[in-house]
Amino acid sequence: MPDPRHDLLIQNGRVIDPSQGLDQPADVLVRDGRIAAVGPNLPAPDSQRLDASGCIIAPGFVDLHAHLREPGREHAETIESGGRAAAAGGFTSVLAMPNTNPVNDSAALTHFIIQTAQQQSPVNVFPVGAISEGSRGERLASIGEMRAAGIVAVSDDGRPVMNSNLMRHAMSYASGFGLTVIDHCEDLDLSAGGQMHAGFPAVRFGLAGISSTSEEVMVARDILLAAETGARFHVAHLSTARSLEMVRHAKQRGLPVTCEVTPHHFTLMDEDIKDYDTNYKMKPPLRSREDRQAMLQGLADGTVDAIATDHAPHPGSEKMQEFELAPSGIIGFETALGLALDRLVHGGLISLTRLVELFSVNPARVVGLDRGTLKVGAVADITVFDPERRWTYDVNQSYSRSRNTPFHGYSLRGGPVATIVAGEIVWQAAK
Amino acid sequence: MRGKGLLGIELLTAEEIQRILDRARFYQPLQTRTGRKLDTLRGRTIIHLFYESSTRTRTSFEIAAKRLGADTVSISAHGSSVDKGESLLDTLNTLAAMRPDAIVMRHAASGAPHFLARYLETPILNAGDGTHEHPTQALLDALTILDHRPALAGLRVAIIGDIAHSRVARSNLHLLTKFGATVVLCGPPPLLPREFECFSPNVTRTFRMEEAIADADVIMMLRVQFERQSPHLASSANEYFRFYGLRLEHLQAARPDAIVMHPGPINRGRELSSEVADFPRSVILNQVENGIAVRMAVLDLLLAGDPPPAPERTPAS
Repeated sequence: MPDPRHDLLIQNGRVIDPSQGLDQPADVLVRDGRIAAVGPNLPAPDSQRLDASGCIIAPGFVDLHAHLREPGREHAETIESGGRAAAAGGFTSVLAMPNTNPVNDSAALTHFIIQTAQQQSPVNVFPVGAISEGSRGERLASIGEMRAAGIVAVSDDGRPVMNSNLMRHAMSYASGFGLTVIDHCEDLDLSAGGQMHAGFPAVRFGLAGISSTSEEVMVARDILLAAETGARFHVAHLSTARSLEMVRHAKQRGLPVTCEVTPHHFTLMDEDIKDYDTNYKMKPPLRSREDRQAMLQGLADGTVDAIATDHAPHPGSEKMQEFELAPSGIIGFETALGLALDRLVHGGLISLTRLVELFSVNPARVVGLDRGTLKVGAVADITVFDPERRWTYDVNQSYSRSRNTPFHGYSLRGGPVATIVAGEIVWQAAK
Repeated sequence: MRGKGLLGIELLTAEEIQRILDRARFYQPLQTRTGRKLDTLRGRTIIHLFYESSTRTRTSFEIAAKRLGADTVSISAHGSSVDKGESLLDTLNTLAAMRPDAIVMRHAASGAPHFLARYLETPILNAGDGTHEHPTQALLDALTILDHRPALAGLRVAIIGDIAHSRVARSNLHLLTKFGATVVLCGPPPLLPREFECFSPNVTRTFRMEEAIADADVIMMLRVQFERQSPHLASSANEYFRFYGLRLEHLQAARPDAIVMHPGPINRGRELSSEVADFPRSVILNQVENGIAVRMAVLDLLLAGDPPPAPERTPAS
């Protein structure tokens, strides 16, 4: 018999679980790492308690796009440090992109990541396998073996598949295992040498541009290939208005096409880049004002399926360089929810229910994870957040090993309060 | 601008630019005299750090500093710790620790001096950063134009060539439009993105030489930077010269008092014909000469200040 003293009762909160159409004041009882009951005034006299007054109790957040850097670049991040940062951002699960060193293109490496995460990470880490061996874009990786070892999707993120025929084969093959193909849509010939979005700011700074087209031709290609192969295709960090329009159209045609948008792409734009600050350098780049507006529109109207961080740690030694030498990417776990609440919910664009869809229910569905729900019997991954708490992001307090963010010093309204993974409180905000 | 360095024209006001030009006017007559070395910057040390090859700009800066009596140290990227893998910021911190009064710097990366200026106290003078800015070039160009015209306002300036990769074009766009000049840009479309029109409502584009030159007061030719271009663009020198090279026939259709400028180094037969280079209204060598006066003015205003010299800095303890 399970000991009731190990139960957890989350009290006095407002439960929002779009997976079962729930939005009501209720308690959540967790037993044996699973959801035991959801309802008002649950009796649980001996259990551990978590007071969620004024807070939202939601199914645990799933980040579809993160770089944990282990193995190979542990000076930037590890599965442990990245996991802690994710927990502090309210995420209970993260998908680890395969562009580590070596690339995760084998069952052995997938095992390593899963085992390391089980021992060291407070949150679930679901590995994404490479599409091609070494992400070199030449031969398909052993996708089936990686699937058996635990990958939940495939992607050559960061080194996108340029060969359309290889991508066609990848989609076709992955569909046999029910795996979603995630593509970082970038035509590397069109973007070659580019440092920031190809707009007036790039011209003014004398930096080579990354055109919107370099993303859009690949989104178009992949949608066509998905239609041909029947594969589930997910656009990683979608950033342009026309990309979004193509996804909208594909969805209208009933194709299994989904997309994610990052907090930085709905918050910032190329005009915000100043003083050649490399904390504003990422791929895809911060786009134009119109593109950012389109991202907000897509988040509001349902075209965008998920918010994903593209958490991409780089050590200061690499970011403190000339803009064109610095690597692309910013950390994002700890600011994602705050930015979404502040900009999207308090900005009047989306409801709290929609926010929970974007962070939890939808991302779980995109890759077919059995998460993103508070149904009785489900794994008790829970995110508790306060939509009103005002706080200021201080990157020097970050759990990440890296400090590359443009959001240091941002004052935000709303943020995470507690992160619960399989019934255990793995992070709690300081009172 | 005292103490701030000179990173780019974009950051300067028209008043600040005017002060530099006025001071340059003061130094202009000095160029034709001999044996006239001033002591305005005596005891000051200026480091010239060039990460990109340069003949005229580097020599011009050094002569300007020496004529003002400053001590100069010159460093090329080759043969320094740069080759040993030291980061740019570490190199600059090391040089700054030797307490120069200013660092004149050229770098192949756009924004390199702006990046450094966020961390360094020592004023930095940008002698060209990537495809971004070349502020002293625009200043000497303005001085040269003003040798031939009473004011910049209302002038029509044609800038012709590889606009996309030109820091000279960008600095000139900022300067000329701040003073109310009209700029028409001309070049092959891949080297002339439409975003250039966003610099100012006074900037237009054309892909035809004849159109650019018509009614122009100033015809500013740019060097073709084959080394910066995408390999797909490199059409033959002959093809380029035929459609975008400046020839005498163009000048016959231009205003009779139009002047021809070029920041150098010129490629005869590529962006302008040999006859044009030696044309009476070509002011290319005047530009070089004015470069010294302008750089003296910049160093003077930056380091000696205006009104005259401030007290010595107290040495750091």
